[in-house]
Amino acid sequence: MSVAAPAPAPALEVVDLRIELVDGDREDIVDDVSFLVAAGEVLGLVGESGSGKTTVGLAVLGHTRRGARVGRGEVRIEGRDILALPALERQQLRGKLVSYVPQDPASALNPAMRIGGQLDEALSQHGFGSSGADRRVRIVETLGEVLLPSDDAFLRRYPHQLSGGQQQRVALAMAFANRPRVIVLDEPTTGLDVTTQAHVLETVRDLCAAHGVAAVYVSHDLAVVATLATRVAVMYGGRLAEVGPTGSLFRAAAHPYTRRLVEAIPELSGRHALVGIPGTAPRPGHRPRGCFFSPRCTYVRDDCLETPPPTARISPDHESRCLRHAEVMADSAVARRVAVPLPEVVADDTLLAVRSLTASYGQRQVLFDIDLLVRPRECLALVGESGSGKTTLARCVGGLHVDYTGEVAFRGQPLAPGARAREADTRRQIQYVFQSPYTSLNPRKTVGQIIAQPLRLFFSVRGTEMWRRVREALERVQLSGTVLDRYPHQLSGGERQRVAIARALVAEPQLLICDEVTSALDVSVQAAIVDVLAELQRELHIGLLFVTHNLALIRTLAQEVAVMSEGRIVERGPIDTVLDSPQAEYTTRLLADTPSLEAALAASGSGGGAPTVR
Amino acid sequence: MSDLAAAETAEVGRAEKRTRPWRVLMLTAWAQHRTKIGLGITLLLVGIALIGPFLAPYPPDQGVEGQLPFAQPSSDAWFGTDAIGRDVLSRFLWGGISVLILAGLSTAIGVSLGVAVGLIAARARGKLDDVLMRTMDVLLSFPQIVFALILAATVGPNLWLLVGAVALTTMPRAARVARGAAVEIVQRDFVRAAEAIGLPRRQILFGEVLPNIASPLIVETTLRLTFNVAVVAGLSFLGFGLQPPAADWGLMINENRNGLTLQPWPVLLPVIAIALLTIGTSLVGDGINRAMIGIERGSRGSE
Repeated sequence: MSVAAPAPAPALEVVDLRIELVDGDREDIVDDVSFLVAAGEVLGLVGESGSGKTTVGLAVLGHTRRGARVGRGEVRIEGRDILALPALERQQLRGKLVSYVPQDPASALNPAMRIGGQLDEALSQHGFGSSGADRRVRIVETLGEVLLPSDDAFLRRYPHQLSGGQQQRVALAMAFANRPRVIVLDEPTTGLDVTTQAHVLETVRDLCAAHGVAAVYVSHDLAVVATLATRVAVMYGGRLAEVGPTGSLFRAAAHPYTRRLVEAIPELSGRHALVGIPGTAPRPGHRPRGCFFSPRCTYVRDDCLETPPPTARISPDHESRCLRHAEVMADSAVARRVAVPLPEVVADDTLLAVRSLTASYGQRQVLFDIDLLVRPRECLALVGESGSGKTTLARCVGGLHVDYTGEVAFRGQPLAPGARAREADTRRQIQYVFQSPYTSLNPRKTVGQIIAQPLRLFFSVRGTEMWRRVREALERVQLSGTVLDRYPHQLSGGERQRVAIARALVAEPQLLICDEVTSALDVSVQAAIVDVLAELQRELHIGLLFVTHNLALIRTLAQEVAVMSEGRIVERGPIDTVLDSPQAEYTTRLLADTPSLEAALAASGSGGGAPTVR
Repeated sequence: MSDLAAAETAEVGRAEKRTRPWRVLMLTAWAQHRTKIGLGITLLLVGIALIGPFLAPYPPDQGVEGQLPFAQPSSDAWFGTDAIGRDVLSRFLWGGISVLILAGLSTAIGVSLGVAVGLIAARARGKLDDVLMRTMDVLLSFPQIVFALILAATVGPNLWLLVGAVALTTMPRAARVARGAAVEIVQRDFVRAAEAIGLPRRQILFGEVLPNIASPLIVETTLRLTFNVAVVAGLSFLGFGLQPPAADWGLMINENRNGLTLQPWPVLLPVIAIALLTIGTSLVGDGINRAMIGIERGSRGSE
C-alpha cells in the first residue's frame, strides 16, 4: 500500500499552486506545488519553518493568510476546484467537505462554550440532521471514535476542564464530525506529551482509514510523519523538493535537503553525530536564481546555480527536484551517521549535588526528595513529560525558584535558595539557558549589549577588553561579529538561541542549565545547537544539566540520565543502560511512545502495510 | 564547522534591516496627517511661548501710554489693552511660557513617579503591589482640580505646590498604564535571566523592563500633558498660579473676563491659545496611539 500509486480518483488534487504576496513585487510564497492525496491516505508535508508548508496546508482549505493571495493553480476536492468558488460558498465547504485541525487545540475551541454545544454547532452549521437528537447521535458516535466519553457530564464541560490531549481529541472530533473528504492537520501533536501524541496519532490514522478521508499532515517532525504518513512531500523555499512513499523517501532520499533533514534527526536507538544544515531557508524575495537549496547544498554544481532544476521522476510515485538525484540517492542508501564518543567525565570531582530536595508552589508540592549529581564535563539529562517537575528542579538549581527545602550544593558548598541570596561568584558559575530564545532576549537591546551585560556585572570589564570577550563568546557559538549591532528580532530562532548561549558563556560558567533549549527550534538547527553544547563540554569542561522531553536527543549528548515523573526521579543511570534496558515501568512506556524514524521504517519495511505507532 | 558559521552569517547579512521599535513607532505616527497637524499646532504655540517675550512691543506689566483700559485694537496696541490699560498682545506673548513650564514640569514629575511606582508594583506583585496600586486608586478618586484646590486653599498660592499637586494627580494614571504594560513583560524569560545573574533590581526595572513599555508610556505622556495644560491654565484662572502683575494666560482670562463684552481680545487670545495647545498635543498623542495599535495588529497579522 505504501508504494502503490494513489487510487485513480484522488480525493484531493493540488495542481500548480502559487500563493503570492499581495503587495510589492508579488513575490511568491509558494509556487509550482502539485500533489495528489487518495482517499484514506495520509500525506506528510514536511519542511523547516518558513518552507511554506502551513501556507499550502491552509490553501487546501481555500484560505490564504493576510497579505497573501492565490496567484494561480487549483485545489480540487473530489474533482471540484474550490479556489474557483465564490468566497461565501468556499466558506460553507469548510468543516463539511474539508476541515482543519490546528496546532493549538485551545485556540480552536471557544473557551466560553461547553463541549457539547460546540460539537452541535459544528454539525448544525452545515445543516446536519433535522433535530438535536439526530445530531446527538452523531456527536456520541464521533466522540467514541476519538476515544472520548460522550456522557452528559462530559458534554457539559468547558474546554479548560480538559487536558491538552483531550482538547486535541475534541478538535479532531469537530473536524471529523461532518465526515469531510479532506482534512488538514497542522502539527496537531506539537504541544502534547509523547504518550498522548502516540494515542492521538493512532486515532488520526484510524479515522482517516475508516472514513476514507484524505489527510494532509503538516509537520516538522520527521519521526512523527514517518509513523503516520504513507507518502511524504518535502517542502523547501516554497517548492516541493521531493515527493515519494515514506519508506523509499526516508531510506534513500533523492534530494539533498531530505537527506540532510534525516541526518539531523537524533535517533533513540543509537548515538549519531547530528549534522545540522547551515544557513536558513530563503524567504520570499531572497531566493537564489537557480536551485533554492544550492547555497546550503554539498552536492552543488555550476549548473545548479543557473536555473531551477526540473522535476525528475525516480519511480512512478517518487519525484525529486534535484539535478544530481541519482548520486544523492546512492549516497543516502549507504551512508549512515557515525557515532561520536562522548567526552570523558572527570570522575572524582563533583560539580553539583542535589540532596533530598523538596519543592512546592504555594500549597502544592511539585518535587519530592530529589537526589542528583553532576560532575565536570558531564551532561546529565533530566527527562520527563510536562508537569513532571523537571523545569522546577532546574529553576531551584538556577536560583529562580526559592520555595524548596533540602540541599543544593555547588562544588561542595551548600547554596542559598534564590539567586540574589547567593554569592556573585556562584551566580557566575551556574548559568541558565531558557527554552524559548524568543522571550529570553530583551527585544530592545542589541546582541552586543545583551552579551556584554554579564561581563559588566561579574568582571567589571569595559571597552576593548569587554568587546573582545563578547566576540570570543560569539565565535564559540559560531556566530560572527556582524550580529553585534543587531536586535534579536533580526535573527533566526537558531541564531537567537546561540546568542543566549553566548550570554551564558561570557560568565565563564562551570555548570550550564539548559531548559528545553532546542524544543522551539527546527531539527536542522537543533543539531547545530547540540553540537555547540557538546563542544563546550569537551573543551571548556563545562557540566550540563540538560532538561528535555526529547529522549532521542539525549542519546547523542548525555552520559547520565534521570527520568522524572510526577515530581520524583523514577530512574537514574548511565544513558545507554537506561535507554537500552529500562528498569522502571514509566521509562519503558516513555521509550515505547517516542516516535522514531528508524522504528517506523523498519515496521513499514517488514509489515508491508502502514507502520504502527506503538 | 566554520563553513556553517560563514553561511549563517551570510544569511544574517542578507536579512532585511529594520530599525529600533520606537523609531518605527515614530515614523508610523508621522505618516498620519493628524500627527503632522497636531505637531504643527503644538510647535507654533510652543514657539509663541518661547520667543514671544523677545517680540513683544511692550513690557508685560506696564500700561501703554495714552491708552485707557479696555481700549479697542489700534496701531499702538494691535489687540487693544486690558482691564488696567496694558498691551494685550505683549501680555499674551509673555504669558505662555509659564503655562508650558508648569504643565510640562508637572507632567514630567508625575509620569516619572508614576512609572517608578507602576514598575515596582508590577515586579513585586503580592502585598507591595496591592498597597501601591490601592494608594494610587485613592489618589485617582479625587478630581484633579478639586485636589489641587484643597492643597492650594490650605497652603496658599505657591508655584511649587501647584506643580506638586498636578504631578500628584498625574502619577496614579501613569502608574496604572506602566503597571499594566509591565506586568506581562516582567514574566518574560529575559527578566528571569537578569534575575538569575543577580542584576540589581533597579537595573532590571529601568534597564530591562522600561524600554519595553516605552510605546504605551509615550502615548500616556502626551495624553497627560494635554490634560495638564488645561488644569494648569484653570488653576491660574482661579488664582492659584502666578500672581498679578505677572503675565499668564490663565490669569489674563480671569483679570479681563468682566470686560468681555467691551473688549474680547484679552480673553479670546489666551483661550484660543490654550484650546489649540490641548488640541495639538492630543492630536499628536492620538497619532502615536493609532500607530501603536496599527503596528501591533500588523505584526500579529503577518505572523
